[in-house]
Formats: sequence, C-alpha cells, structure tokens
Amino acid sequence: MLYFSKLRIILISLICIFFIFIASNNLFSPNNRFIEKKINLGLDLQGGSYLLLEIDNSPVIDQKLQNTTSLIKTFFKSKNIKIGNLNIKNQKIIFTVEDQFKKNVIDEFNDENSEINPYYPRFKSHKFDIKDLGNSLELSFSNQGLVELKTSSQDQALEIVRRRIDEIGTNEPNILKRGNDRILVELPGLDDPKRIKSLLGKTANLTFRFVSNNNEDSFGVEKLKYENDLDEDFVSKRIILSGDNLLDAQPRMDNQTNETVVSFTLDRVGAKRFGKATSVNIGRQLAIVLDGKIISAPVIRDTIPSGNGQISGGFTFQSATDLALLLRSGALPAPLEIIEERTVGPDLGQDSINAGMIALIIGFLLVIVFIFIKYKIFGLITNTALVLNLFLLIGILTIFEATLTLPGIAGIILTVGMAVDANVLIFERIKEELKNEKNNLIAFDSGYTKSRTAILDANITTLLAAIILFFMGSGPIKGFSLTLGIGIFTTLFSVYFIARLLTALYVSKNKEKEELI
Amino acid sequence: MIAFNKYYNKFNILSISLVVISLFFLVFKGLNFGIDFKGGTLIELRSNDNKINVTSLRDNLKQMNLGDVSVKNFGNETDFLIKFENDNNKNIIEEIKINLDKSFGNNFNFRRVENVGPKVSAELLKSGIIAISVALFLMLIYIWIRFEWQFSLGAILALFHDVIVTLGLFSLLGLEINLSIIAAVLTIVGYSMNDTVVIFDRVRENLRKYSDIKIFELTNISINETLSRTLITSITTLLALLSIFFFGGEILKGFSLAMIFGVVFGTYSSIYIANTVLVRLNVSQKTILKEDEKV
Repeated sequence: MLYFSKLRIILISLICIFFIFIASNNLFSPNNRFIEKKINLGLDLQGGSYLLLEIDNSPVIDQKLQNTTSLIKTFFKSKNIKIGNLNIKNQKIIFTVEDQFKKNVIDEFNDENSEINPYYPRFKSHKFDIKDLGNSLELSFSNQGLVELKTSSQDQALEIVRRRIDEIGTNEPNILKRGNDRILVELPGLDDPKRIKSLLGKTANLTFRFVSNNNEDSFGVEKLKYENDLDEDFVSKRIILSGDNLLDAQPRMDNQTNETVVSFTLDRVGAKRFGKATSVNIGRQLAIVLDGKIISAPVIRDTIPSGNGQISGGFTFQSATDLALLLRSGALPAPLEIIEERTVGPDLGQDSINAGMIALIIGFLLVIVFIFIKYKIFGLITNTALVLNLFLLIGILTIFEATLTLPGIAGIILTVGMAVDANVLIFERIKEELKNEKNNLIAFDSGYTKSRTAILDANITTLLAAIILFFMGSGPIKGFSLTLGIGIFTTLFSVYFIARLLTALYVSKNKEKEELI
Repeated sequence: MIAFNKYYNKFNILSISLVVISLFFLVFKGLNFGIDFKGGTLIELRSNDNKINVTSLRDNLKQMNLGDVSVKNFGNETDFLIKFENDNNKNIIEEIKINLDKSFGNNFNFRRVENVGPKVSAELLKSGIIAISVALFLMLIYIWIRFEWQFSLGAILALFHDVIVTLGLFSLLGLEINLSIIAAVLTIVGYSMNDTVVIFDRVRENLRKYSDIKIFELTNISINETLSRTLITSITTLLALLSIFFFGGEILKGFSLAMIFGVVFGTYSSIYIANTVLVRLNVSQKTILKEDEKV
C-alpha cells in the first residue's frame, strides 16, 4: 500500500494541479478566465424568483369533449345510427342509443382502427374509454388519452410562457417542464415577480364578438362583465376574430383622444374577416373580450379593411404595454395557477454567501487546527489532503457547472468535517498495528489494508443517503446532496492517493525512526 | 480501557425511555411543520427603522385578517419573519406591502417571500417521508448484505432511535420542520450508520480472532479500540456543524441544529444500542463463521 510508481506520482500531481487551476477559475472575472466554466449560484444565493405553475386542464378537456360530441354525431349519422341525449357531465360524454345498435357502437369505440377513437399502439390504449351504464353509454378520456392531452397542452403552455418571459427580457430565465401538468420558472436576479406573476396569471384569450340586441340569456348569447366588474352586456357567442389572427400588438398614444391604446395588426385572413364584419355592421357595438371579460365595446363607425385597429379601455401605459405583450405572445391553452413561489432578494443572497463563506473558513480552520494538534506531521498530511480535497470538490462542481445553493455550502462544510474520518481511521489503525509490529513500513501497510473495509462501508452509507436526497429532494436540497455526494468521491481520492502518497514519502524517509505517529 | 459494558442496561433503559417520550411528544404535541409541509406564506422583512418591533408589526398585520399570523425576530432586531396560512389570495403580498408602507412609511425591504400551495406542501411532505423511509430501507439492505442479520437489527434499531429522538427533541422544543430538516435527518441516517458500521467491522474482526471471549466483553474491547476514531470524527464533524450553526446565517440554523443533535445521538447509539443488540442476541464466533462457510 505504500509503493507509488513515478508515473503515478506524476499523474496524481497533475490531477491536483489541474483541479486547483479549474477551482480557482471561479475567482476571476469572466474576461480573465482560462476556461468558460464556472459554478452557478442557486437562486437562494444570487437572489431571484422560483415559480411553480400548474396547468388547469379542465377547460381543455371540456373543449375536446365538446369537439368529440359533434364528431360522434356526424360519424354515427353516416352509419344510420341515431345518437340521443348527447351531453357532457363531469368531463364525460353521456349519450343514448337504441338497444339494437348498442353493441355496434361499443365495438366501434373498441376497434383498433376506429376513426373516432384513436388507438395508441405504443401504449396499447385508446384515447377514450367507453362504458355501458345500462340505459346510456359513457365516454371518458382513458388514462393514456389524458396523458396525451396534458402533454400537448403543457408543450403549448411552455412555449407561451417562454415567449412572455422573453418579451420582458429577464436575465437567463430557466423554464422547465415538471410532471405532465406543471411548468417550473426560475428567474435569477428578479426580486419582485409581481409583473411576471400577473402576466402568467392571464390566459390572454382575446375574441371580438358583437354585442347582442336581444337582452336575454338565450342560446348563442352570454352575459359578460366588463373589466370594472360592475357593468354587464349580452354578447354573442359567435367569434368574429380571435387572438390567433393577430400579427402584432403595440401600446400607443392616441393623438386625438390623448388616451393610451393598444394598436394591433391582423394577418391576411383576419383582415379580410374584420373588413367584412365591419362593413355590414356599421352602427353595431363590437365587444373586445379578454378571458371572459369585456375590455371595451366600441361602436363601429366605418369599415376597417386594412387589418389595423386599436383597442381602447382606459389603459395606463403599463397596462397597455402588458396587454400588447400578452397579445403578441399568444394565448395559453389553459389557465395557469402559481402553486409555489419562492423569491429571495439579492441582498439576502449576498448575506447568505458571506455567512456561508465565513462558516466554511472557520469550520475549516477549526478542523485543521484540531487535526494538526492531534497528529502533528500526519495532521499536516491530512490537512494538505483536506485542502486539496476542497479544490477537487470545487473543481468538479465547476466542470459540471453545478448549481451551488446555501445548503450546498453546508454540504461542503460537512464534507470538511467528515473527510478527515478516513484518515483518522487509518492513523488510529496504524497506531494499533505499531503496538505489535516494530517495523514501521509493515505497520503502515497493514494499517491501510485493515482499515479499508470500514472506510468503504462508512462512505457508501453516506453516499446512499446523498443519492436518495438527490432524487427525492428539490431545489436547494438537491444542491446539498450534490456537494455531499461528490465530496465522498473527492474525499476517497484525497485519502487514498494524496494523503497516502505523502504518508508513503514521509514514512520511507523516516522508517527507522521510533514513535513515528 | 473504559468499561462501557457496565452501563449497557442503564443506557438501554434510558434509550427506551427517550424513544417512548419522543413518540409521546410526536403523537400528542406533534411537529411544528413549516410552510414547506403545511402550506402558507412566509415573508422575511428587514426594517430601516429600529423603532419597529415585533409587537407593532403583529398588531398591524392582525388588522389585515390574515388569520393566524406569526411574527418573530429573525437573527437580529431589525429582521422579522412573518408566517401565515394563505387561503389562496394571490395578491396578498402586494396588499401587505401597501399596508406596511402606509402604516410604517417606506421602511421595509422584503428579503424573502415564499408561498407554498396546499397541493405542493402535501407532495413535499409525502416525498420527505418516502425519502426517509427509502433511506432506512436501503441502509437495512446494505448492512444485511455486508453483515449477519443480528448486526443489521442492531444498526437499524440505532438508526430508528436517532431519527425518533432527534424528531422528538424538535417536537419538544417546538423547532420548525422544513425541507432542510429532512436533508439533515437523512444525513444523520448516513452518519449514524457510518459510526455503527465502523464499530461492527471491528466486532466482527475480533469475533474471528478470539473464540473464547464472550460478546459482552468483546463489544467493549471493540468499542474501546475504535473509541479514539469515534471521538475524533465526532469532534471534527461537530466543529464543522457548530461553525455552520454560529456563522452560517439564520437560514441554516435549524439544519445545523438537527445535525448536531443527530451526531451526538448517532455516536451514543452506535455504542449503546447497536452493540447491546449484539449482546442480547448472544452473537458468537459461530454466528459469523456460519456466514463465512456459506461464502
């Protein structure tokens, strides 16, 4: 255990120098770095906002079921099967069919080549499940169908969220999927997420619809509130134009009224439709509806053929800017709810870094002094290995561009405290061996050999705990398990290569000395 | 040589009492779950005006009908921690900001805001419990592979003791349980196991070496042989943890405190629980030789 070939010594030294190089890279300003990599600071250290959004898919499910009902109707009509009492309840389609056709209908839904109930061979599942309730049939999304729907609305929502956040222009946002109905947004450096929250809280479903003349809640007409929550109007359900037809939207000052408005440009299809609708409906009120509320309902005075228009509605410059932004980035497929929010101000982040560093330095010094007093020259060797261990750990974190969190710093400090354990085990074992063995070299050698299983066991148990934390934990806790876990490997390296090499060099020079340790 | 084995019985009684008392507290007093596990809102404030104190802040917030509001100093006189259950008011933080600015002037800096919905907190609690259970289970498997079942039982009892007593102490002192405490508990599990395994390793080695020494004596010899290592490692780990506790800032206080408890209990349990199980199960050279033959 004490023999090192020349090649090995050179290799170990090179590895150490390499990691010292990489680790110290973090100390330099971006322009003076040797390599592009550095440790990223977690949101709890650099300040910023963490938002977890959940997609409420129920409107999407209702919408898809609505589409399916009309599909079912036409499909079976073509087969001369009459579907009756078709309606949607609790996200299920319920309908009746004459008894003689019941089997045909059920078979049609369970057919792998079914036109109305797509089959996913990969999952061995249909989109919908059909159930016979006796006097009626019930159609609902299968598990796989639901997953399919959720994944697709998550993809769309992610895109829209990204566009909205990019429009605001925050620093290096991190937008990720979580599960199949959540989106995680990390916004470094943002200490007040108020504006982002309000922008993400809106679906931004824009429609242009005519205000209805007959003032009752009849079919095809609905009662909608204005933004001020006081006034109401009856609005046709027929959509003249929707946000999908928008090419651009910008906040603007209207020179005539001195009011802030949002001007928009429509695409070709939209412009044509808008032109036609405005030409034949002069004098009628056109309601501009956003997320189920009327922004304004101006009277059409003239045909608008150009596809350019403007929305007024008592905006401030800020609210006009936000509305324009929402319209430019498009509507979310479903509403989002913020189910978790964590925001740390930059000054608290800096305080945490300072406190963490002070704790690291003090903890490090305490351990080093204690070990030196305890083991003298071998304490020096252990301490050298400990310092290099720290460089290795930080170096590896740098290479992987890992994210350092406050618990992560705690993990590093804890590693410092526990890293000496292996060397202590070895040295204590050597002391025992020396009681029966006069030859220093043999005693050292067997000390290393005999302590090996205990050291491996001890480190594997800690590693197991770190791995579980890594997979179960979230955010900052992941940072802790990462430093703790990598710390175990760097510790083993520093003990078995660095400290052992130094020990070997020292012992072979002083092998005749008595009371070596 | 210290006669640890003289006190095996006394400390076993102590440990059992501690576990029973801890369970009693856990069942009847419960744990003080933070917003990570209970849901709600947390705000860390710093004021520029040192006339503002906990009482004036609390009185002011009480008028906002936030329900059960807790206001505490956090680290020093001008830092405050406000916690309350949030029944889904999305603009609550804005409202508090406006209200505080109105009442105290523009004197507050919102240093940290956390808002955890009921769904997320329930999930975090579940995954925390799963994480600890999986950790205990994996440790059991690991030690079962490495040692004979008597050793596994000893190590696992020691682990349960450490986790239960640490949580019991948290319950007794009313300290907050949040995500970082789960991390601490898992690290304690690793540490306690580590400590136990080192002594067990020596017990097994000695069992092979001496066929005529009874396990009662043998465990004592093994504990003494590994004692200096046990102490040195505990001391260096505690030095690191104390440094985090005193200098690492308020946020890490709970975490480092849990770890400090855990290291102390872990060291104690490796000596007085893990080993006494071996004694009570009357482990002898035969126990490990049988296993050796199989291999």
